Amino acid sequence: MTSLSAVLVMFISLFIVTSLVLGSALSQSIIDMLKEKVDINVYFKTNVTEEDILALQEKISTLPEVKDVSYTSKEEALEGFKERHKDNSLILSSLDELKDNPLGAVLSIKAKEPSQYEGIAKFLEEDGVSISSDGSGIIDKVNFYQNKLVIDRLSKLIAATEKIGFSISLVFAIIAIIVTLNTMQLAIYTSREEISVMRLVGAGNWYIRGPFIVSGIMSGFLASLLVLIVFYPITIWVGSRTADFLAGINLFNYYTQNFFEIAIITMGVGILLGGISALLSVRRYLHI
Amino acid sequence: MIYIENLTKKYSDKTLALDDVSLGVERGEFVTIVGHSGAGKTTILKMITAEEIPSQGKVFFESTNVHDLRRGEIPKYRRKIGVVFQDNRLIPNKTAYENIAFAMEAAGRSDHEIVADVPEILKLVGLDNKLWNFPHELSGGERQRVSIARAVINQPELIIADEPTGNLDPINTFDVIGLFKKINEMGTTVILTTHNKGVVDLIGNRVVTVEKGKIIRDDKEGKYVL
Repeated sequence: MTSLSAVLVMFISLFIVTSLVLGSALSQSIIDMLKEKVDINVYFKTNVTEEDILALQEKISTLPEVKDVSYTSKEEALEGFKERHKDNSLILSSLDELKDNPLGAVLSIKAKEPSQYEGIAKFLEEDGVSISSDGSGIIDKVNFYQNKLVIDRLSKLIAATEKIGFSISLVFAIIAIIVTLNTMQLAIYTSREEISVMRLVGAGNWYIRGPFIVSGIMSGFLASLLVLIVFYPITIWVGSRTADFLAGINLFNYYTQNFFEIAIITMGVGILLGGISALLSVRRYLHI
Repeated sequence: MIYIENLTKKYSDKTLALDDVSLGVERGEFVTIVGHSGAGKTTILKMITAEEIPSQGKVFFESTNVHDLRRGEIPKYRRKIGVVFQDNRLIPNKTAYENIAFAMEAAGRSDHEIVADVPEILKLVGLDNKLWNFPHELSGGERQRVSIARAVINQPELIIADEPTGNLDPINTFDVIGLFKKINEMGTTVILTTHNKGVVDLIGNRVVTVEKGKIIRDDKEGKYVL
């Protein structure tokens, strides 16, 4: 009873579903990576004491939207600066000319969501937040306003990607269900005589449904196996071509590393799709 | 055994298939329902098997109101009734043996019973040498005998036969009617429809005449008057 057409249609449906799962996981990991790169730095005036800065760090880290605040002292900032410019003797020698360390300490703040940076920047501007014990301002500058445009765009892009991805998945999932349902109905239509005879000799509903549902589940399982096999060469091919612009994420590596989860999702969807479509399709022939 | 009370059936296109029909059938009776095509014979039978729902009126099988049965109870109810159709409705890709075994399986009988009973019943209808033939390898009369075997295999209390001889030549008709009489003599109630005068004369039992959805005659001794 397992019909080839049902397996093929479900194969296509599951192929789309799995592509969407892979695609959204991939875009999610790209987004996460980009989010990770976004932060704002608070540069302090050179004369500010470490105590004041640590006090501010304490305050900032209590904000609910802050994921992480890291402190870079004046000395570390200088080390880092020297490290970055170690090939430029002019900069290094001019740095040596200065007796004092010209660099201030830095707090770099990471928010949980890019859209929260604005709030954090505002918090830093509030009266009494960034004031030293003697009452003068301690912040030299906050680079949020330089990064604002990038951060804003990124937040919008992320929100839009998530929304569009979800709608596309939903639309394709619905199409997949409808097409599978139709194919199943066609397959079961050929058995309608048999079903009507079963009804009239007094077969119970589950006795009639059982074989159809089992075969629906088997078609779904078979289709999901095919999809998982087919994705192997596809991810190798696509992965090798896109690894560069996907900022080092290789689709094939992603596929093999998360194979277990992907397999469970694909098989789960396949089995549900097959079973439920069979159940719904056979229902109309049970009314006699 | 079967009590039909003031049964009316209107289809959605407003055709009146049955118009206030009342009929009682006692256990062990052999009732023939006659009438032209479209008179409402088949509708009466479908009411008894709960395939159709009445617009008005009730159908009782013993003391159960057939149309009050819940969906889950209908299969069990139908096992009390054996059904034979004009077009026999055998499953084409199953042999004679398998067609009958399938009905037993559907009714929840054990494999042991199936192996024991199927050859027995096919012998009874005279097909003990055609166990493994597919329906297309059998003649019309043989196919109808397989379908009768399928109807009686679960020892129903009632046999319903809708134009069982409609597709048969006179000799096969004679044989098939003989089978129904034999089944009736063994104690099973039979309700049969036909529009064939010869069949009515052959049966020679109670005849109910239906015309335009109404019962117009109910004769104790077979007479075909239309």
